[in-house]
Amino acid sequence: MKTFLILGAGTGGTMVANKMVHELDPQEWKIIIVDQFESHYYQPGFLFIPFGIYNPADVTKRKRDFIPPQVEFVISDIEVIEPDQNRVRLAKENRVINYDYLVISTGCKIHPEETEGMVDGGGWRENIFDFYTIEGAAALNRFLKFWKGGRLVLNVAEMPIKCPVAPLEFLFLADWYFTQRGIRDKVEIVYATPLPGAFTKPRASSILGDMLERKGINLVADFNIGSVDAGANKIASYDETEIDYDLLVTVPTNMGSGVIQRSEMGDDLNFVPVNKHTLQSDQWENIWVIGDAGNAPTSKAGSVAHFMLDVIIENILRHMEGLNPLPKFDGHANCYIESGFEKGILIDFNYDVEPLPGKFPLPGLGPFSLLQETAANHWGKMAFRWIYWNILLKGGEMPFESQMSMAGKWA
Amino acid sequence: MSALETIERNEEGFLVHPADWTKELAVEIAQEEGLDELSEAHWKVIEFARANAESSGASPTLRQITNGAGVPTKELFKLFPKGPAKKVAKISGLGKPEGCV
Repeated sequence: MKTFLILGAGTGGTMVANKMVHELDPQEWKIIIVDQFESHYYQPGFLFIPFGIYNPADVTKRKRDFIPPQVEFVISDIEVIEPDQNRVRLAKENRVINYDYLVISTGCKIHPEETEGMVDGGGWRENIFDFYTIEGAAALNRFLKFWKGGRLVLNVAEMPIKCPVAPLEFLFLADWYFTQRGIRDKVEIVYATPLPGAFTKPRASSILGDMLERKGINLVADFNIGSVDAGANKIASYDETEIDYDLLVTVPTNMGSGVIQRSEMGDDLNFVPVNKHTLQSDQWENIWVIGDAGNAPTSKAGSVAHFMLDVIIENILRHMEGLNPLPKFDGHANCYIESGFEKGILIDFNYDVEPLPGKFPLPGLGPFSLLQETAANHWGKMAFRWIYWNILLKGGEMPFESQMSMAGKWA
Repeated sequence: MSALETIERNEEGFLVHPADWTKELAVEIAQEEGLDELSEAHWKVIEFARANAESSGASPTLRQITNGAGVPTKELFKLFPKGPAKKVAKISGLGKPEGCV
């Protein structure tokens, strides 16, 4: 009996498990998936929790309900991966799993303690919050409900971060939320980012930058946070620019899982080096990486993990047959950007093509307008939660290709 | 005419062919970026970036520079103010750091 081992039952790992049960002969293969947590979170939904649009229950389900019954699901911490021995050591009962193929989908998470004074300075969860964890998003919701206004500073600590459009969506929703509450004139919104502009890619950056301006949100670009002075309610950059805040919302440093560091398999941020087109590990040919656990230079987002899925499955199956993997992953990302007041923007891009304006043809639902605020894009975003739980995680067919298409785009 | 004018660069000012890079070009690009002089400490970072790119095929990230070249972050911002990773890549004749996605 051979073993196909998946580490991490988030978006990427769960999709791989659902696909592989249909591909591997159960007489020959055992599929095991390991995760330390019972709950599966719809992470794009965290954004809506601070503003009371979703509550924690709306974005939480049991991981077990999305793992096919033929797959063994183990809840345990992972001690270490020993790739040269093809084995993984778990915390639970000191179990050792020897594998033939390994898929790493251990994801990434925030590390606010990487910034001096952020967590240990006294302001954490008092007037400093994150919204990338369910606890942080819920705590911020409680704070915002009774906030009378002041200076809200949203800061991105360093790139890369999970879902690079989420900070912009937070800003747009904050503008909407305070307007609804009738206190927009009492809230100053500041966006301090290490990027040179609103977004990472030039054309989208200029369009989104204009939107920030129209909504009265002040952009402080090239701001690389060095420390937080929670006593004085100030953040300071490495080149000693200071920004005062009444409420600090942080998007902290994102890093890959601790097990990657313990196993000495990652880069400086614990992301696993992976071939950005084949999704095979650079170092071990029976190790494959999906989603934000890897260092592929694309967005760390569920939509990207989904576009990686077909490529990684095909390449693993080819490898099992002794064939070379195909360099088919193009970095495709597709993001609905919630822009407040029941509108949204859609962007679609890959390694080589930046987000462009135009139309995005989607059979049955579209077309959606690209890089333009529309109500349809908002409803597309809201519908996505249902699609995520009911189709995407289960490895179901989605009405578009993994590779980006130029159809409808104005180049 | 400066040597820089004959070299192919992209719209953001990065060299199109890293092989075109010379120390003289680095000095000229640095001047464009507002660095009048390149000290020994600058060169240490530039040499690290070149060596790192040769082995990994990509421009180093901020963390790779601080960890790899042994320069504290604060110091790096003094040497290459504002966006050090991008400035180091540009002056070292490498592509835009891929962390920016």
